[in-house]
Amino acid sequence: MTTTVPAPAASRTSILTGNQAAAWGAFLARTQVVSAYPITPQTTIIETLADLYQRATWPSRFVNVESEHSAMAVCIGASITGTRVFTATSAQGLALMHELLHWAAGSRLPIVMVDVNRAMAPGWSIWTDQNDSLSQRDTGWAQVYCSTAQDVLDHVVMAFRLAETTNVPVMVVEDAFVLSHTAEAVEVPAQEVVDNFLPPRTPSFKLDVEKPAAFGGLLGPDWYQEVRQDLHDSMLRIGGLLPKAYADWARLTGRAYDVVETWHMDDARVALVTSGTVSQTAQEVVESDWARREKVGLVQIRLFRPFPAARLREVLGGVEKVAVIDRNCSYGHHGIFFQELKSALYGLPDARRPKAYGYVMGLGGRDVSVESIEDVLRRTVSRPAPEPETTWLGAVLPPGAPVKACACGEEVTR
Amino acid sequence: MIEVRMHGRGGQGAVLASLLLAHAAHRCGYHVQVFPEFGVERRGVPVTAFARLDRRPIRLRTRVLRPDHVLILDPALAHYLPLTDGLQPGGSVVMNAAGPEALEPFARTFRLAWVDGSAIAARHKIGTATAPIVNTTMVGAFARVTGLVGKDDVAAAMEELFGAKAAVNRAAAFDAYDAVQVVHEPATAAAGV
Repeated sequence: MTTTVPAPAASRTSILTGNQAAAWGAFLARTQVVSAYPITPQTTIIETLADLYQRATWPSRFVNVESEHSAMAVCIGASITGTRVFTATSAQGLALMHELLHWAAGSRLPIVMVDVNRAMAPGWSIWTDQNDSLSQRDTGWAQVYCSTAQDVLDHVVMAFRLAETTNVPVMVVEDAFVLSHTAEAVEVPAQEVVDNFLPPRTPSFKLDVEKPAAFGGLLGPDWYQEVRQDLHDSMLRIGGLLPKAYADWARLTGRAYDVVETWHMDDARVALVTSGTVSQTAQEVVESDWARREKVGLVQIRLFRPFPAARLREVLGGVEKVAVIDRNCSYGHHGIFFQELKSALYGLPDARRPKAYGYVMGLGGRDVSVESIEDVLRRTVSRPAPEPETTWLGAVLPPGAPVKACACGEEVTR
Repeated sequence: MIEVRMHGRGGQGAVLASLLLAHAAHRCGYHVQVFPEFGVERRGVPVTAFARLDRRPIRLRTRVLRPDHVLILDPALAHYLPLTDGLQPGGSVVMNAAGPEALEPFARTFRLAWVDGSAIAARHKIGTATAPIVNTTMVGAFARVTGLVGKDDVAAAMEELFGAKAAVNRAAAFDAYDAVQVVHEPATAAAGV
């Protein structure tokens, strides 16, 4: 489904999938080099870009490669020459890039990538969960989690500003299918709007044959830590720059965003914390009569790296209970948003620190329905203490029921 | 909110039909959300596409399990798929079929309608004579039976999506709009938005 419309002179509303919106964001940002390798469910981003780039009026290259590792290598090579660079991938593709994700961040290259959240194999899955992007948490890439197709387009554009201001690469994350292949109304901003927001890249350093220099050379114990601390500090700066970018974007487009979005938090006793598209369905849940009676609020975490710890303490301090839905798991511990949030809440004084309840669900594309979110809230409201801290929810079969393990066909019990 | 499920086979254009409905509904002022069954689609296998229409922003990001209307592009699917599974009482079944007998298996709690979309699409040379592509034709019939969008909205949506190829698809959709037959009206009315 790669139906595209001509580049707009004025902002206009189109019916686009999350993936088409991602491609439009990269195109309107006047990305100069795109290199990517197709993988479901990311492929339609690249197809749409290939289509759009037939009409690019600026010097640009679309570089075909034989793997995601090579795609990121091309992005690194292109970015270090001072150009604006974009790529997109999913799951195993992102995992294959892993070494070079460190290289891109360590080289301080402002590459923007869309990761379409797809569950890691095996069992072979093309459906959504967040373990692919969250496995790259410590590579030095900023991460933003989107919940609508409009979010995706807008955040790809804003990601270039954040990346190029700080020399930190940025990953814009969207859910497989639920967002990537779901079409809805998206306002595609006029080229002029994006140009006003995002001037051409002016690199603070670049590979230049007229001024030879070495990049990525040996760095001994006398300097390595300083360079890494600078990466950390620059990443933290994004926490302040994103709200500024949101304010500028809102002035230009009328669309307002926040690093942490809240609904009904003014008088909340219980807060539901979500990311990605679950945050959309959850908005319906917290509007219900029951949720209003129980004073349930909703907090959506958009920015994951840098982690908005202070902001979350401000929003959640004084709430009695916090329920976190994780479409991911750090096996052997907790859902990852849950553990990050708990670490942030530790900074609150005892009297204002909520009890934290973790729920792992929706893995491998399992539907996170209204009923399953209500289940999370009812459990949180009724349990006096979070024991166990993490509950796995939404399995179709009851615990103990035999299931076929798809890899070997053997019956196993869970 | 109105939820629609479309049944076809890979290659018959169920997903494009849902997109066409979305464009038409968006023109009528609806908020829209359309998506395919999230799976590995291959030519010829049964595929499903979904549409949600509402007068307010759509925030549900869940599967459609209880549709208000069902559009069936391929009559042979009725032999082995529960095509009206979850369909709400009063909802419409709009089926591409050679005659009204194709609707006999369905419960009388639904509005039942048929049109020979294959013959219409073949007459307009959309697809081939033996494998006509009926998606655009059937959206015309769907518009008439459900009243969710007007035929002019369908035509305008085709203009947006297909450009030069809109004319032939519009003609087929209009033929189906005129030819579709409602053979049963249920006692309950369909849900409104």
